[in-house]
Amino acid sequence: MIKYVDEFRRHDLAQLLSAAIKKESDPQRQYNLMEFCGGHTHAIFRYGVQDLMPENVKFVHGPGCPVCVLPIGRIDNAIQLTQKNNVILCTYGDLMRVPASGRKSLLKVKAEGADVRMVYSTQDALKIARNNPDKEVVFFAIGFETTTPPTAVAIKQAKKEGLKNFSVFCNHVLTPAAIQNILESPEVREMSSVVIDGFFGPSHVSSIIGSQPYEFFSEEFQKPVVIAGFEPLDVMQSALMLIRQINNGRHEVENEYTRVVSREGNQKAQTLVAEVMELRRNFEWRGLGMVPYSALQIKQSYAEFDAEKRFDVPQIHASDIKGCECPRILRGVKKPTDCKLFGTVCTPENPMGSCMVSSEGACAAYWSYGRFRQMESKPVEAKPAEMTPVELTPAQLKGTTECQ
Amino acid sequence: MPINMKRFPVRLNLRDGMVDMTHGSGGRAMAQLIEELFVKHLDNELLRQANDQAAFDVPAGRMVMSTDGHVISPLFFPGGDIGSLSVHGTINDVAMAGARPLYLSAGFILEEGFALSDLEKIIVSMSEAATNAGVPVVTGDTKVVEKGKGDGVFITTTGVGIVPDGVNISGNRAEPGDVILVSGTMGDHGVAIMSSRENLEFETTIQSDSAALHTLIADMVAAVPDIHCLRDPTRGGLATTLNELAQQSAVGMKLYETMIPVNSAVSAACELLGLDPLYVANEGKLICICKQQDSEKLLNVMQAHPLGQQSAIVGEVIEDDNGFVQMETSFGGSRVVDWLAGEQLPRIC
Repeated sequence: MIKYVDEFRRHDLAQLLSAAIKKESDPQRQYNLMEFCGGHTHAIFRYGVQDLMPENVKFVHGPGCPVCVLPIGRIDNAIQLTQKNNVILCTYGDLMRVPASGRKSLLKVKAEGADVRMVYSTQDALKIARNNPDKEVVFFAIGFETTTPPTAVAIKQAKKEGLKNFSVFCNHVLTPAAIQNILESPEVREMSSVVIDGFFGPSHVSSIIGSQPYEFFSEEFQKPVVIAGFEPLDVMQSALMLIRQINNGRHEVENEYTRVVSREGNQKAQTLVAEVMELRRNFEWRGLGMVPYSALQIKQSYAEFDAEKRFDVPQIHASDIKGCECPRILRGVKKPTDCKLFGTVCTPENPMGSCMVSSEGACAAYWSYGRFRQMESKPVEAKPAEMTPVELTPAQLKGTTECQ
Repeated sequence: MPINMKRFPVRLNLRDGMVDMTHGSGGRAMAQLIEELFVKHLDNELLRQANDQAAFDVPAGRMVMSTDGHVISPLFFPGGDIGSLSVHGTINDVAMAGARPLYLSAGFILEEGFALSDLEKIIVSMSEAATNAGVPVVTGDTKVVEKGKGDGVFITTTGVGIVPDGVNISGNRAEPGDVILVSGTMGDHGVAIMSSRENLEFETTIQSDSAALHTLIADMVAAVPDIHCLRDPTRGGLATTLNELAQQSAVGMKLYETMIPVNSAVSAACELLGLDPLYVANEGKLICICKQQDSEKLLNVMQAHPLGQQSAIVGEVIEDDNGFVQMETSFGGSRVVDWLAGEQLPRIC
């Protein structure tokens, strides 16, 4: 079924790359490399990649976890939908445990009797709609550019089949718009608590949007970007490429993930999405606040499949649980271990914030895979680089990728 | 046992009949169900006595008792069904004390409308599993709940067994320096169940590993009576079970990912579904912790048994006040292998 996976996890190659990184990195300086994607965060922790890096090469985790950046208000909306008569809400598993307002979650309302079903794909949701013609089936769609095309396909399919009881609660968000917003925000520049030397570009997102959208970003902010696959060897190879760029004072978009990502991306998927969805004027991100043109909504021509049009879905601005540092962790201003709730009242079993829910969330990764290290690394003080020091709040940048 | 045609002039319709509320009422319909299905297939001397309890003599010594409820969905899956699973599950729980399982009881909660033909298949499967294991079901109970209040059938089995003298296997006996073994590939059962879930169907050749492990354990105990811990990594898989043992024994553990046997089809399915095989359930595997000097001998004994051919040493017990289970990854790094958080897949057994 799946071949060539182990090839990207080979121990011997990892050792070679580890040696190369050690050799080529300058021991006199610090390298702070931020991964946008939760997928990278997960791989780094799951395979113990940090152990293979020299002391002065650090990973800074970003907010590219679709579950983590979804604002509480949207979960509240979903919960309200489940309380409506006759609704079956279909959702990806990760979302079930995300805490909503009033200590609720989809898992809890399910236990109270709401009809919430965990699905693995939009096709499962369509199937449930076909099998339950007397019910309203709502698919809770979230994710970055990677998961958007399947949602678009499902909507088109529903229209073609004349499915009258299927709709989508659309929460798809966009990588480039959000990155740009973060970089341009004066607040971010002023906060600049961590200096980032280079970025791992998203892998799956880039397979759809291509590498081109990052060109502006590397040029404008003079930071190298290497689009990296999600396997641990991809991450190491990309780290080496970043270190080389940093050493040479370059700031280019390079593509390590050439086996999947092209400069233009998947144009068929882009066209498909453009047919069904359009830009939203504004969308709230957890940790980032309102970000203009950073999300998608369903076009008027497909309005019958838009849950926000079919049902009453009010705008809710819900605040995070007191003490929860998710917003700051997502922006890279704080680390999971800086949060008072981390590991005390907030654990994967009893998450208080979204970063502890998804395995791509920084808190969950720290807790589940890395806590034996006792969080060795303090926020890294970068040695002033020769090139323009661009101050980015690391996490903010990465909050923008979808890596499911 | 021959069916008494006088008591029940019309036989149960096992082709397209269904369970109805009278089958749990205590009346004649229930008596017929018990006689024509349960006693017929699970037949043994104690069950045939038709008492509300089974009375038997026990050898002197230490007894163990264990109980297990089975609510698996779907009821029939590649490599087994709820019937065989309910026999294997409890036999294994008893045997993990190093005990020889003697007898089982079975409690059935049936849902109104459940097909009698399916029920018969399940009972036949239970009967085969019990016969093959040499552990009879000697007493039982049947209840029926209204349609919508159950999910076909739930089965609770209880088992009793005898521990040989000099055997003291317990989850709190792992000591730093001990060696951790597993009896075969991890995650087969969970992946087999997932492959047959209604909304998740995918094609795989993986079968559930559901099996009774008491004969394997008997061989192991005979070779090394001083085994420290035995446990079957069911829900939560190897990762969660090792965390339980680490906590009970107040020790840490160190695993080596490359040494953990995982079927390649299971790895592939887990890759697709975003799961970790270390957290996927098993129903015919065990974890054994023993002194370092006993480990080679045990490994040989395990590999010589048909249910332990792929046994392997996968790690060691270390000192750690935090009780962390750590793993050296195949990639060359290290990480914590934590408890399973939340529910990876509900109703797996």
